[in-house]
Amino acid sequence: MARFILSRLVKAALTLLAILVLNFFLIHAAPGDPAMILMAETGSTDPQVLAGMRERFGLDQPVLMQLALYIKGYLTLDMGWSFRRDVPVATLIADRLPATLLLTMTAFAISLILGVVAGAMAARRQGGWGDTIISTLALLFYATPLFWMALMAALLFSVGLGWLPGFGYETVGANYTGLARMADIGTHLILPATTLGLFFTAVYARMTRASMLEVNRLDFVKTARAKGLRPGRITRRHVLRNALLPIITLAGLQAGQLVGGAVLTETVFAWPGIGRLMFEAIAQRDYNVILGVFFVSAALVLVFNLITDLLYMVVDPRIRLQS
Amino acid sequence: MKVFWSRFSRNRGAVIGLGLLALVTALALIGPLLAGDPWRMVQRPFLPPFQDAALPLGTDALGRDVASQMIHGARVSLMIGLVSTLAALAIGVPVGAVAGYFPGWVDDVLMRMTEFFQTIPSFALAIVLLMIFQPQLHFVVLAIAIVSWPPVARLVRGEVLGLRGREFVEAGIVQGLRHRTILIHHVMPGVLAPIIILASLMVATAILLESSLSFLGLSDPNVMSWGYMIGAARTALRTAWWLSFIPGIAIVVTVLALNLVGEGLNDALNPKLNKGDA
Repeated sequence: MARFILSRLVKAALTLLAILVLNFFLIHAAPGDPAMILMAETGSTDPQVLAGMRERFGLDQPVLMQLALYIKGYLTLDMGWSFRRDVPVATLIADRLPATLLLTMTAFAISLILGVVAGAMAARRQGGWGDTIISTLALLFYATPLFWMALMAALLFSVGLGWLPGFGYETVGANYTGLARMADIGTHLILPATTLGLFFTAVYARMTRASMLEVNRLDFVKTARAKGLRPGRITRRHVLRNALLPIITLAGLQAGQLVGGAVLTETVFAWPGIGRLMFEAIAQRDYNVILGVFFVSAALVLVFNLITDLLYMVVDPRIRLQS
Repeated sequence: MKVFWSRFSRNRGAVIGLGLLALVTALALIGPLLAGDPWRMVQRPFLPPFQDAALPLGTDALGRDVASQMIHGARVSLMIGLVSTLAALAIGVPVGAVAGYFPGWVDDVLMRMTEFFQTIPSFALAIVLLMIFQPQLHFVVLAIAIVSWPPVARLVRGEVLGLRGREFVEAGIVQGLRHRTILIHHVMPGVLAPIIILASLMVATAILLESSLSFLGLSDPNVMSWGYMIGAARTALRTAWWLSFIPGIAIVVTVLALNLVGEGLNDALNPKLNKGDA
């Protein structure tokens, strides 16, 4: 088991390294270099200033040396400088990361719980009206663009009905502390987390339904029924447990989409996370910030995949025995 | 073909999906010939729908005809969905086929690469790519293709791997056929059905991706698309909600139709294929 985890960690590290190399060459593919862009903005044409800046950023070094410096920087948590905001990218991201983690984790929990429950309910009576409603809703949410769902949710629940706050992380100027502040953040979290979660709820519901219908046909379920176990117990203890395996795999695969969806949700709801940061950086053409967020979101996905791998081992003893 | 139709039409959702898709396609093909210029100002700004018979869907923040924008947007959305899917197939099919046909280090290298692209968050990668390159139509298509080929490669690899051990491949080798000939002419036709099914679902995903990118302002600013319309109408959400609402419905209907058709194709072409894989 330790070897399994170790091999996963090595793989994750290699993936991150590959992303750094990719990032580095992408910056170089962009027209002009950072020094030239900054020069153009200040309106300066002095070649000496340009040379000085190139030297300061290490742009006068050979490409491979620059790559080594770039990777070395990331290893020491130096993700470059945001020239627009005049702060280190790492500081910007560190400030925004907790909000994104809160949002994505809540959305993930909502989608997994709601999706599995809905899927299980649909699978219980295949073709019944409950199944029809759940399957139709899942199909609809699966086809709805996330950013549009977010806009419509804000329009309905915030602008129209006035039930929930439609933007921000907490009430500005209220200066709540302690529990009151947590409750305030919680109410601000409801709309973004639910809209981000709904798409994935649809995915998990469809998967749970299909998976449970498949497991339902297996012999051991017949045996359990023949033994006279109560149907509810069979569903929970026997069918669902086995049907969950592909869902965990799927959850790992969806991690990247969850992080990508955060960019859209945070943009619509002005949620101060790294997704919103990325959107702002797009408008400002702040390359270092965008690449930094890209790197961190990939790292998040890898952490998430590691967790699902471990979860898989907990749920499926066969994997534990193999390694 | 007859068997195909009878199986396909047994799925009621698939038939509805096909009807909706035909409608959107007809709109995309013929509409732009009839509708006016989506960029020209024709009336006062923010004219609500159903007020003016000539402008059934009203006007946007710049007084431009929303109905005309919707029709031109249909063409753009479908085209981007289709072309970027073809581009993704052009990357994914060869990678998967070669990886599946040549086990060993070739397979290892190609699959590591595929895994890498599957791990990194695709939407964030698409944003990065469009930031570095310019947001022009062909780069949008390319960016969508680059982030969506890995599932194709994995699917094709699995199928080719399964067919590779069959006797007809051995027969081909004994006959002295080149590997390329065997792979292209004998193995690949057997992989066509699952590719078609996956492709129909990929068009839907590509349309969603394009709309998300243009919502963020990362698509071609010279092309009218549904996502762009929603992005542009966002600031007027409180005063003119229908400007965001209408294009969104169009996206939902189109994507839903494609997903339904994909499921129908799945039933008709490949009853064994697990729906969860796609």
